[in-house]
Amino acid sequence: MPSHAATMAAPRSGPRLRTALLRRPAVLAVAGIGLLIVMLLAGVAAGTVTIPPADTIAILAHRLLGLDVARTWSPAQETIVMDLRLPRVLMAMTVGVGLAVSGAAFQGLLRNPLADPYVLGTASGAALGAAIAVILPFREVIFEFGLLHLLAFVGALTAVFVVYRLSRVAGSGQMTSLLLTGYAVGSLLAAGLAMAMYLSGAGLRQIFAYLLGGFDSASWVRLATAVPLVFGASILIMLRARSLNGLLLGEEAAAHLGVDVRRERAILLGLASLATAASVAVSGLIGFVGLVAPHVVRLMVGPNARLVLPLAALLGASLMVGADLVARLFGEIPVGVVTAVIGAPFFLFLLRRTRTGYEL
Amino acid sequence: MIHLEGVTVAYRGRPALRDLSLHIGHGERVALVGPNGAGKSTLLRAIAGLIEPTVGTVELDGRPVASLDRLAVARRLAVVPQVSALPFSTTVDEVVALGRLPHEHPIRGMRPADRAAVAAAIEQVGVGHLMGRDARELSLGERQLVLLAMAVAQDADVLVLDEPTVHLDLRHQVEVMELLRDLNARQGTTILAVLHDLALAAHFFPRLVVLDGGRVVGDGPASEVLAPDRIREVFGVDPSLVRLPEVQAASS
Repeated sequence: MPSHAATMAAPRSGPRLRTALLRRPAVLAVAGIGLLIVMLLAGVAAGTVTIPPADTIAILAHRLLGLDVARTWSPAQETIVMDLRLPRVLMAMTVGVGLAVSGAAFQGLLRNPLADPYVLGTASGAALGAAIAVILPFREVIFEFGLLHLLAFVGALTAVFVVYRLSRVAGSGQMTSLLLTGYAVGSLLAAGLAMAMYLSGAGLRQIFAYLLGGFDSASWVRLATAVPLVFGASILIMLRARSLNGLLLGEEAAAHLGVDVRRERAILLGLASLATAASVAVSGLIGFVGLVAPHVVRLMVGPNARLVLPLAALLGASLMVGADLVARLFGEIPVGVVTAVIGAPFFLFLLRRTRTGYEL
Repeated sequence: MIHLEGVTVAYRGRPALRDLSLHIGHGERVALVGPNGAGKSTLLRAIAGLIEPTVGTVELDGRPVASLDRLAVARRLAVVPQVSALPFSTTVDEVVALGRLPHEHPIRGMRPADRAAVAAAIEQVGVGHLMGRDARELSLGERQLVLLAMAVAQDADVLVLDEPTVHLDLRHQVEVMELLRDLNARQGTTILAVLHDLALAAHFFPRLVVLDGGRVVGDGPASEVLAPDRIREVFGVDPSLVRLPEVQAASS
């Protein structure tokens, strides 16, 4: 076909917030890693007890790298860094990765820019599980994990499984039916949660603390449990970036492009739910990071999941460590409150941007 | 190449294709015509392996399409998808690049050969002036051309199109038809297109397959299968409303 020189418009600037530098994924990756390192160091150094950055780095170098550094710090400071702040900061990073990657996966799978990791019932399932654990009269602690974490994890996965099965029974297994089933099941679980809260009495505060999320209960053992689940699932999702790319044009087009839609949807749904469930089990319900991080990255590099997933992981980790830092500096307010304050305006911005372009 | 034998497809007990047999050889150019609900789209989906026949077999390159995985089908057969909404801002280049999905490295993505195929497809379909634009801001016709470029980039032996000209103006309709003829002549691509415009089909396709009620009711050059009484019978319209080219020079 001839090109239409006559109708050729002047080259438009790209549709995204791109500068020449930011267009390069490699530059963004380096910037993302740099940002994460800065946030991690800040997260360890800052808090109610301020430890000079030089000492923080020295402690870390001494304990993690085994370097022979002159001791300019007190044993108390070392304990704060190593046993309190470092696991906490790394936990925030892990949860940030889990929510950002699963958020990007859910948005791609459901072809819905307003989806987040909680959209298919994980949040309400986890919340109900946690609330039931609070109401139950016994307190088992296995391996530093209370019943609350266990039931939150199980609740999140069960909710998604039920949504998935019901949506397949209900219709042809289309993404829309999945989304609507998720909404219906989520509403039902929310009712259960309300009932549990009503019955909880003195445990209400504990349930609220879980709903708002936070990292004050982080420990090395909990971190060691969450890391393999979150990072394992996230890496497996990244290896399936091709399927998410195929779904950009819809299920039928994806099938024509060589994606086994039914299988890939089940696998990706399972992996994203696993990453989400592991995250919410250790941190409670922290909103918006899983919604916002993938979108900020897409604004810069476009929708290619091969770039979006790893970059969103880096950004999500930085955002979460930063949000936790802010929460600590304001005297241990819930992290979910901080992310909502930052995330909700962004969500509105997104809604305005996508309203014209998106049809369900 | 494409071989269907006694294929019956039923949706909820209602047959969409009935005992249909069809053979399309390598390098053929076939237009599929017929009234709404004749089973044209169902036939395309059966050939692409998206629906399994209740009875009968569909073969691609001598192998049952049901036995091939999706990737193997996608490397042999490209389907131009219907224009659909994109969930995220996506540039035209990024849409065309999706055509390389079946060929690119599963982890690392596009390789130089893939980029070359994308560039060639953009050139062939003539959508170079749309590069860098958000595909969601394009007109339906422009999006249709972009999706065609994507399918061309897929570089398959068979190119399947469902109503490829529905959103296009007259000039672009003709240009798409010429492009299909070109791909067919130069690269030996087998073309199978559903068309509503009988004149376009008659002019650009040497072989027309007429579908009605899930059956093949005509198969051959336009001069044979689009006889006036046939048009009245199958399409239910006055044949004088359909102006067909007098001579079948079109097939050359």
